[in-house]
Amino acid sequence: MMKPARKQRLMLIGLMVLGASVATGFALKSFNENLTYFFSTTDVMDGKAPKDTLFRLGGMVIKGSVERPNDGMMVRFKLTDFSKEVTVEYTGILPDLFREGQGIVANGKLDSHGVFIAEEVLAKHDENYMPPEVKDSLKNQPAAPVTK
Amino acid sequence: MFLIPDAVVRFFHRMASPPHFYALTEKLMPWLVTIFVLLTAAGLYGGLVLAPPDYQQGDSYRIIYIHVPSAWMSLFIYMVMAAAAGIGLVWRIKLAEIVAISSAPIGASFTFIALVTGSLWGKPMWGTWWVWDARLTSELILLFLYLGVIGLYGAIDDKRVASKAIAILALVGVVNIPIIHYSVEWWNTLHQGPTVTKMDKPSIHVTMLVPLLFMALSFKMYYVIAMLQRAKVELLQRERNAQWVKNMLLEKQS
Repeated sequence: MMKPARKQRLMLIGLMVLGASVATGFALKSFNENLTYFFSTTDVMDGKAPKDTLFRLGGMVIKGSVERPNDGMMVRFKLTDFSKEVTVEYTGILPDLFREGQGIVANGKLDSHGVFIAEEVLAKHDENYMPPEVKDSLKNQPAAPVTK
Repeated sequence: MFLIPDAVVRFFHRMASPPHFYALTEKLMPWLVTIFVLLTAAGLYGGLVLAPPDYQQGDSYRIIYIHVPSAWMSLFIYMVMAAAAGIGLVWRIKLAEIVAISSAPIGASFTFIALVTGSLWGKPMWGTWWVWDARLTSELILLFLYLGVIGLYGAIDDKRVASKAIAILALVGVVNIPIIHYSVEWWNTLHQGPTVTKMDKPSIHVTMLVPLLFMALSFKMYYVIAMLQRAKVELLQRERNAQWVKNMLLEKQS
């Protein structure tokens, strides 16, 4: 059997770790919004995203939505979280992984028409890794790289 | 402890005795190094030569074979360190204290490697070296926890007192471990979600997964080797006046 002194120390340590966990849990819960790296397109459409300040918007680039209206550097595309869509405009160089059907995170703000004007676009690759042949043999067509 | 068989208890009592521990590690070391070299060779050859390129990231994804095992080790070593430190605190076993402090620099190194390789991977794929998302930030906090443990231990001269101090710090820091692991599920992050360490089937093709697991085992072996070597040095420093150290030195001289 355990000696009483050891038992007491073990209990104290257990209480300490439990206390630290509870405190951290509360802290994380209250800072939940700050810990979220980006807002979803649904958040934006529901008016949960900040107005007139920069924020990050994440979502999947809808297939076939990428267009270059003025034949210039400006690119326009639609983002979705499979529920609601937001139109994004960006002028600049897109990252290599920017593809239709892939996730991205854009930093910018909404204009008066509800279009998200991005200042920076980051690609968010997903957790899937596979050889190209396997991807080709899957039913879904491979996401085509966007010509820049 | 009435639930544990006597043989196991005897084994741990023997292991906790410094001379036995020292002799056993010396005997084990060549075997550990051999296994480590074989695993690393297999993992690197599999990952860099045999594994196919990724459908999205091409050959760039191969940094996964360093980045992911390092990140796993950064969490694994922290748990070993905290558990050893806790055992040292409750049962006052000197060897547990030594395992805890010997693990800290290795864990810090793996955390650093995970952060740097992640940054190198992030630039071409995401388009940025660093973002303050939940995964990256919590992993950076892990590095600071390791550095705090190392610094605190160094700042206190009495190493038995120092071991108690770092045990408290390490145990409180344990709350960060689930946060790191689940950060990509609890919050929106730029970092991808889990590929392998989830309940579901791994989202990585088996030809890419096998070398990754070899590398993970190789890194585990490296940790065991490096930790035991550090522990031996720490043990000799602490026990420099003990009779068994003197006997061993005399034996080696003759």
